[in-house]
Amino acid sequence: MKILLRNPRREVEVRGPRSVAGVLNDLAIERSSVLVIRNGTLVPGDEMLADDDVIEIRPVISGGMGAPGRAS
Amino acid sequence: MKCRVCRGPAVIDVPRHNANFCAEHFLRLCRDQTRKAIEQFAMIAPGERVLVAVSGGKDSLALWQLLHELGHEADGLYIGLGIGSGPKGRPSGDVGYSDVSGAHVRTFAAERGYRLIEIDVREEHGFDIPTAAAVTRRVPCSSCGLTKRHLFDRAALDGGYDVVATGHNLDDEAAVLFGNVLHWDTDYLARQAPVLPAGNGFPRKVKPLVRLAERETAAYCVLAGIDYQVEECPLAAGNRHLGYKDLLEQAERRSPGTKHAFYFGFLERAAELLRAGAALRAEDLGRCTSCGAPTAEGTCAFCRLQTRVGAAAPAGPVEVPTPVMVRR
Repeated sequence: MKILLRNPRREVEVRGPRSVAGVLNDLAIERSSVLVIRNGTLVPGDEMLADDDVIEIRPVISGGMGAPGRAS
Repeated sequence: MKCRVCRGPAVIDVPRHNANFCAEHFLRLCRDQTRKAIEQFAMIAPGERVLVAVSGGKDSLALWQLLHELGHEADGLYIGLGIGSGPKGRPSGDVGYSDVSGAHVRTFAAERGYRLIEIDVREEHGFDIPTAAAVTRRVPCSSCGLTKRHLFDRAALDGGYDVVATGHNLDDEAAVLFGNVLHWDTDYLARQAPVLPAGNGFPRKVKPLVRLAERETAAYCVLAGIDYQVEECPLAAGNRHLGYKDLLEQAERRSPGTKHAFYFGFLERAAELLRAGAALRAEDLGRCTSCGAPTAEGTCAFCRLQTRVGAAAPAGPVEVPTPVMVRR
């Protein structure tokens, strides 16, 4: 299956069928820090992914917070 | 995996609630949690006009839509910060981070018929964030946060809005709290709250997403069909805030609910104690001699930044080594 990864954007191939949890484990990605998306919707961890699936593994962490002060 | 509510197939697990949800009931959970935060902290009264600070990322777009779903009158304000964009000579078709963010916001607003206000710091104030960071020799997030706070405040007051809403989520707030505790920064701790009341020349500021974790706002966007800027800000990579998030995430994996307990425990047990001293100091604020914004100095930090960058910056925007986003 084709897998799109982000930050930085890149693609990898993983042979299916394989569970979501298995794919994330293969790629050393922590499940709690990403969403797995197929055909525009979320795929739960116990779902099986087929060899011809196209998957996006999307990180959910974002930063870039300014200092939390208030007065300028 | 089955939905806790309807027992149908679930699409997402939420360990801190020890539950799984289908799309319909997860979207409802997000609405309920947002409504609960607004009510719990008296953030927005019925009929009040809200200005939402939108960046094109998941949190702010989710917030904007959630506020509309909950029946609030909410306009968006997008600030073009000039990050990763502008320098000439890039290959045709390549655009920068701020270009992509702005495009997401405009498309989102147009598709839903929401009112969007835009400010471009380069055009209106003569600098951008990479240039400000280079001139001040401070981390870009410092100039960025200062600029956004100043312009959001002013736009809200000028536009007659009752409240400014930002998309800070539970992870953001827990990470900020963690950083402030590590350094025992009691002034910042005293000001950390889901609601900052209006006063001293500031509009009221609220954070209606404090009951939602970062993964939940991202999931809300996917399930609600919100196309947001997924790429991380190239200037934020490796900042301290992300490091604190990573440490808290490790604790959360071991013990789901840790971030919620940390942040809401602070609000319930410690925040009020720290606020008493800060309230006295807030009364000392005067007005900026240049723009009239509240400040403890003669000239506010934003005007000082603008003057400093304007005096030191080269004619064009500063090129920084940032990844280029390719328009799809």
